[in-house]
Amino acid sequence: MSCVRKRWCWGLLLAGCMVAAMGADNGPRQRSGVDYASEYIRTMQADDFSNPGMLWVTRGEKLWNASDGRTGKSCAGCHQDARSSMKGVATRYPLQDRDSGKLLNLEARINQCRQVRQGAEPYRYESDELLGLTAYVAHQSRGLPLAVRIDDSNREHYLRGRATYNRRQGQMNLACVNCHEQNAGRRLLAETISEGHGNAYPIYRLEWQSTGSLHRRLRSCYFGIRAQLPAYGSDELLELELFLAQRARGLAVETPGVRR
Amino acid sequence: MVARVQVPANARRGDVIAVRIAIQHPMETGFRYDLRGKLLPKNVINSLVCRYNGTEIFRAEMGSGIAANPSLQFYTVAADSGELHFEWVDDRGVRGEERARLVVSG
Repeated sequence: MSCVRKRWCWGLLLAGCMVAAMGADNGPRQRSGVDYASEYIRTMQADDFSNPGMLWVTRGEKLWNASDGRTGKSCAGCHQDARSSMKGVATRYPLQDRDSGKLLNLEARINQCRQVRQGAEPYRYESDELLGLTAYVAHQSRGLPLAVRIDDSNREHYLRGRATYNRRQGQMNLACVNCHEQNAGRRLLAETISEGHGNAYPIYRLEWQSTGSLHRRLRSCYFGIRAQLPAYGSDELLELELFLAQRARGLAVETPGVRR
Repeated sequence: MVARVQVPANARRGDVIAVRIAIQHPMETGFRYDLRGKLLPKNVINSLVCRYNGTEIFRAEMGSGIAANPSLQFYTVAADSGELHFEWVDDRGVRGEERARLVVSG
């Protein structure tokens, strides 16, 4: 009898641990994706010239100083030198916009600024221009820890993002948590599964032979588990981005990262 | 086309210096198909020239075997302070150029 009860207790404890692990905001492990990459890729990311993502940063720097739109203003016209004005900005995104009440990531904020302040057309998601400006702005926060805050204004978004993260979906019936938490560090064919932190975006991915946004990477994951792909900039991806940012709190920004 | 050039910040006359250039370019091989099954035409940077104060010191002819966003490195002897001028052209005839300033002392 006591043996049975003991076993039952152990089972309960184990279940409790699993629930805690799944619901945890910050797991005990926190390793950037670059730690799971090969030495070759780590070297490539560390050297600013070998890092091909820096080409997009250079493009962003040029766009930052170029005037555009009906007002003829440039980003630098209002924000001056990005090296000081944009330092640490990327660590706070995605951010709840006070005026519209919408959740904005860096890409959406840049496009909002273009439309409202410059009177220019928004850039297309994944265009070299938007990737360049995003990479340039995020690059100014390199080395600083991610510091998204969850409060009453964005808690609902956060909770929905967390639900997406834990929800099994697609023909493979997998949730983010199944790979990136329960099997992080183990092999998936030739790949080592990382913890899935978004601290290096936009990244240069060798498979893409190009730089891409976090949303592109998330869509690749959706494709991999054969789920319906949410649109770029959709609420589902933004909320997931918010949850991931909170989950990666404290990790240093690496933009532009290099991954396989 | 965006490009980045790297030369040493300071060089002494007679030094052998490394010069690096990276160019953002898809380097389309001509062997790939798009999502609709149409062959993507070959488009690579087929020729790149570097001139050092007007004298050609490096030339590269590239083909479909070079990956996207090519990164090249070569060595030259630092002679005088001046300008390194890169020029390149791809199969569509789009030209690009980039300049870098080299300071040579001694």
